[in-house]
Parts: sequence; C-alpha cells; structure tokens
Amino acid sequence: MSLEILGISVLWIFLFGYVIVASIDFGAGFFNAYSLITGKNHILSKVIKRYLSPVWEITNVFLVFFFVGIVGFFPQTAYYYGTILLVPASVALILLTIRGSYYAFESYSGMRGHKGYALAYGLAGLFIPASLSVVLTISEGGFVMMNEAGPQLDYGALLTSPLAWSIVALSVTAVLYISAIFLTWYAQKAGDQKASDLMRKYALVWGIPLIISAFGVIIELRSTDNWHYEQMIDLSWLFIVSGILFLATYWLLWAKSKYGLAVTLLIFQFATAFFAYGISHYPYLLYPYLTVHDSFTNETMAIVLVVAFIAGLCLLVPSIYLVFKLFIFNKGYISGEDETHV
Amino acid sequence: MNESAVFWSRILTEVTLSFHIIYATLGVGVPILIMIAHWVGIKNNDEHYILMARRWARGFVITVAVGVVTGTVMGLQLSLLWPNFMQVAGQLIALPLFLETFAFFFEAIFLGIYLYTWDRFENQKKHLLLLIPVAIGASMSAMFITILNAFMNAPQGFDMVDGQLINIQPLVAMFNPAMPTKVAHVLVTAYMTCAFILASIAAYKLMRGSNHIYHKKALYLLMKLGFIFTVATVIIGDFSGKYLAEYQPEKLAAAEWHFETSENAPLVLFGVLDDGEIKYAIEIPYILSVLAHSNPTAEVIGLDQFPVEEHPPYYIHYFFDVMVMIGMFMLFVSAIYLLAIWRKWSFIRSKWFRFIVILGGPLSVIAIETGWWLAEVGRQPWVLRGYMTTAEGATTSNHVELMLILFSILYFILAVGSIVTLHRMFKNNPIVKEIAKRSSKGDV
Repeated sequence: MSLEILGISVLWIFLFGYVIVASIDFGAGFFNAYSLITGKNHILSKVIKRYLSPVWEITNVFLVFFFVGIVGFFPQTAYYYGTILLVPASVALILLTIRGSYYAFESYSGMRGHKGYALAYGLAGLFIPASLSVVLTISEGGFVMMNEAGPQLDYGALLTSPLAWSIVALSVTAVLYISAIFLTWYAQKAGDQKASDLMRKYALVWGIPLIISAFGVIIELRSTDNWHYEQMIDLSWLFIVSGILFLATYWLLWAKSKYGLAVTLLIFQFATAFFAYGISHYPYLLYPYLTVHDSFTNETMAIVLVVAFIAGLCLLVPSIYLVFKLFIFNKGYISGEDETHV
Repeated sequence: MNESAVFWSRILTEVTLSFHIIYATLGVGVPILIMIAHWVGIKNNDEHYILMARRWARGFVITVAVGVVTGTVMGLQLSLLWPNFMQVAGQLIALPLFLETFAFFFEAIFLGIYLYTWDRFENQKKHLLLLIPVAIGASMSAMFITILNAFMNAPQGFDMVDGQLINIQPLVAMFNPAMPTKVAHVLVTAYMTCAFILASIAAYKLMRGSNHIYHKKALYLLMKLGFIFTVATVIIGDFSGKYLAEYQPEKLAAAEWHFETSENAPLVLFGVLDDGEIKYAIEIPYILSVLAHSNPTAEVIGLDQFPVEEHPPYYIHYFFDVMVMIGMFMLFVSAIYLLAIWRKWSFIRSKWFRFIVILGGPLSVIAIETGWWLAEVGRQPWVLRGYMTTAEGATTSNHVELMLILFSILYFILAVGSIVTLHRMFKNNPIVKEIAKRSSKGDV
C-alpha cells in the first residue's frame, strides 16, 4: 500500500469514528429536546446525560484530528478547501462551539431542563451535520470555479442543487437513526425499559426516511451523469451488503431482541456504505482539481506522520478502552448507582 | 491578493487567539494546580486541599469547555483564513500539529475519567494518578502548538529552491532556535497566571469577610507556587531576550525602540513615540546590552540594519513594557507576601493588600495577552520569517468581515456564559456548605 492510500485510509477511519460518535451526540440532543416538548423528558433525559457527560469532549477531538491530519497528509486541501469553505465551515464551527460550550454550562451550573435552550441545542445538532455534509457535495465537482484569485465557491449552484439537499437529508436522518439505535441499546443496558422502548420507536420511525434519502442520493448522482456514479456501480456489492445489514438491524429492532447485536450491525452497515463511498471517490479529493496523489505531502513528512500516528494510537487505544470500561460498559455507572461526579 | 481579506483575516485571527489564550492558559495551568492540591491533601491527610482540588476541577470544566471549542475554531480557522500558509506549513511542520491533537485526545480522555470518578476509588492515590495524564497532556499540547509558532519565527529544516521546498527535515524544523525559550516561557507563564488567578479568588473571599481557614490555606499555597513560577518566568524571559538579540534582532529592536545599532545600549522604559522621537521615556544605561548579551558594553543590532518594509510596528514597545512591568510587580507582591508570612507581619491581612492580590489575577492575564501581541505583531510583516509575508498567506475569500462579526458575537456569548455559570456554580455551593455536607456524610 502506498503512503497516500495509507494516509487517506487512516483519515477516513477517523472521520468514520467522528461520524458515529457525533451522530449519537447530535441525535441525543435532538431527542432530548423533542422529549421535552412532548413531555416525555422524564423518561429520556437521564439516560442521555449519563452517556454524554464523560464523552462530549472526546467527540470533539475526533473532528480536530481529522482536519489536522488532512492538512498534514494532504497540504493542498488546506489551499482548496480552506479557501472555499470559509463560510460553510465557519457556520458549522459556530454551531459546534455554542453546542459544546453550552452543554458544559448547563450541565455543571445546576440549571437543567430549560425548554428554549434545549430546543436550540437539539436543532443546532441537526444543522451541524447538514452544514458539514456540504463538503461531500462540493467534492463531487461542479461547484467550484477557478479564477486568478483562486478557487471560488458557487453558492447559487450549491444551494439550488438537488444533490446537495439529498445529501443533507441523508446526513440528518442518519444522525437520528444511529443515535436512536444506540440509545435503545444503552437504555436497555441501564435497565431503563421505558427509555429503551421509546428510543426503539424513534429508531423504527427514522429508519424509513433514512433509506429513502439514501436512494435519493444515488438517483441524484446518477441523473447528473456523474463520474462518481460510474465508480459506485463497480462497488455496488458493498452498498448491497450495507442494505442487507440495514434490514437485519431493522428486523432486530422490530423483534425487540439483541439490541447489542443491532448496534454492531448498524456500525457495520454505515462502515460498508461509508467506505464504499470513500473508495469509489478515489482518486479525487476535489473533482477535478485535487487528487490523492498530487496533493500528497513530501515523503519525509508522510513517514514521520505515520510513525507519530502509530505512537499516538498506542496511547489512545488503551485510554479509550478505559473509558468504555469505566462508563459505557460499567453497570454501576450507567444505571446511576454511584453518583461520583466531581 | 485581496487586501481587505488580508486585513480582516488578521483581525479575526487576533480576536480568536486573544480570546482563546485566556481559556487555553487556564487549561494548561489549572490541572497542575489541581494535581498539587490533590497531592498535598493526600500527603497531609487534609480534607481542605482535597476539596480545593475538587472545587477547582469543577470550575475548570467550564473553562476547559470554552478552551476546547475555541481551540477547535482556531485550528480550523488556520486553514480557512490562511490556506496558503497552511499548505506550506502542512508540508513542513504538520508533525507538531498532529502530535498536539494526540496530547489533546489524551488530556480529554483522562479529564473525563477524573471528573466522573470522584469517590469511586477506595484509594485516593489512584484517582490522583488520573490527573497526571491530564496535566501532562495539557502542557504537551501547549508545547506542540508553541513549537509551530516558534517555527514561524525561526523557520528551518528545509531548503527553498526556486519556490520549491526540498530537503525537508521535520525534526530540525521542530527543534528550531526559538523553540526552547518560547515553550518554556509559555508553560511557566501559564502556571504563574493560573496560580495568581486562583489566588485572586481566595483573596477576594477573605476580603469579603470570610475568615475560613480553607481560603487561607489556598492563598498561601497559591502565592508560594505563584512566586516560584514568577521567578522562573523572569529567568526564562531573560533567555527570550537573548534569543531575540541573536536570532530575531528586529523584534527586540522594535520592542525597545533601539533604532541605531550601538554598544552600551540603554533600555528604554515607557515613553511615547512622536514623529520618530522618543519622549518621556526612562532610559536605563547599559541594560539592553545586558539583556541581549549579558555584557553592558556589547553591541546591540538596531532597526537601521533592516529595510523599513521589514520593520515590525513600533507600538509593540508598549506591549513589552506592560508585560515586563506586570511580571516584576507580581514577583514583588508574591515575595512580599511570603516574607510577611515568614516574619509574621500582619499587613497582608489588610484590605488594601488583599486588593492588590485580587488584582494579580487579571493583571497576569493582561500580561499574557500583551506578551502574545508582542510576539505576534513583532514578527510582522512575516508569517514565516524570511520566507512568506502575512499577505501571501491569507485567504482570497470575500466573506471574512462577515465571519469576524459572527465570531465576535460568539465570543461575547461564550465570555458571558462562562462567567455567569462559574459565578452561579460557586455562589450556590459555598465552601462552608460543601464542608458541612461532606462531614455529614462522614468523609471529613
């Protein structure tokens, strides 16, 4: 495997990690707000908070890791994407900032359950994936013009593009679906049957628009005679595997059995789709200006980064395992027996 | 090149950084202080210090949240506002940036664990151990990001041939001449600032009439630590001056209004610059030569050796004065405090002295800000000294002004939010109440 493939694979894996943990986070915020409006928050709030509190900071780092890594391995992305994305990325950043900091403000100041605030928090969580997914649309090509000043984003074309909106729809429904299934399982583990049942219902509801919007994206890609679509066809078996995994997950939920397995299948479902999407995008990072090969950093830096990455993983993997052991998989913690917060 | 985009990008970066470093400094220094308090508590079996660690940790969560999110903003803004610079930096010095995220990851993970496992371990020492990676991670991430900044001041580890970068040596780029003094100065001033900020709070409580032993213990511990860190700051500050004289003489010359290269150079304190004339300044003979080369008769390079378009703005002199004066003042205040404790002088319990201690926290923050402005404005017009000007590094996008407005509103909200939250948190749960609660549980 060449270094650039290794680099992009590493980054793609981290991005996938972010997509999963952030989806749980964003979706949880939305469901929390929704339950507050419908008066069901006494069922959900506790479980959601137990999960989110120790991990919200870690979620953020996945994102930082991705954008630092991509500038390191592919410095030219800084030039192209940095210039084009000023507005959409800034908007996403502002939302992330408000969300991240206010989570801490609210949780630790002892003022919980403010309705307007929870609603803003929940909605911000849905706008973030929407604004971040714009990058996926842009990378398909056709929204960036080059002139002597540098690359410019065509906002008009982007905002009127059906492809852009179908990707937005897919990202938002995916967030809600992933989050709902995870929380179904998590609540059941915590012994909170009511919360688990409610989340199961939400998961079943959001599975349907998810699959519709997934088809929507495929149809949009096809109708624009897209270079990417052709390559996706070659990998269609992976998308089919993903579809089968979706059906299996959905069936487990329907049958109210083995939620742990459902979460695993869910992760594999998104992993196959995510990696099939990524592989079919090869070799372009931004069609047609930027490929994985011509934007790759010099070899010395690449090798040093890979070494640093491996060293970093040696620290990271045991630490994350520790978090899981202490919080996510700790019966005492998730069921709220020991209240040992600072 | 887009002139207005360059200008607004600089302003936005300045606003973001100036805001971020307040919280970032707390993020670097406070974990060390929590660790020390926790350790003292365990060692002396004194519940007050444990409570100190606990209360500081609680407040720390809020500041760390703002630090994390604004740090994320800063990280992405580097690429959004300075895409051309980042393209070059990505090839040259992605390594420290990359390592910084690992340090940050490490810190985030263990901070989460530390915060959520109070009273969960039978052995308190185990819990203390969790704080070591937090403190190390915080200082390491400060170190790595400062290395990146040091590289911008003293680029090396590559050759530029016809605009192409060759012979890249990432480690040589990291261990550049600016790195040791910069990293040391950043770390030690962060520790110092945090000690004085927390000391301000203790002094405030005492001035407002609380006579609780908890606040007295806190104040004594913090002033002691603050004194040590300030001594270290002064020493490292002197090294920084010598570094500048050697490698970046134009920055030192602009900060000192040293226009002509000369021997026996005097140090210019205060004063104003009026049409190139220095007025109302105090000149201390030979001191600049001592500062630069430890020799009162040594020659110090002046701004005359540099073309005018490469001069940093002369107003950095004021930043230098403010930073140094505050440093000296804090050294003096903490020394007097310790001396008074030793000699049992009672004036340190007077209102006016406590008021001075209260000022120490905000003053140290001002010193941090002016120090960074001095360092950053002092390397203008370069973003990579000698290689790339700031204007060449900036974005060409036309929307930077709008982003400046949005982000300024955001920082305002964050500042208000964090202050209100912190205030409410400690007002609703004063120390007396917390001690009472814990003793009723049988912990004290």
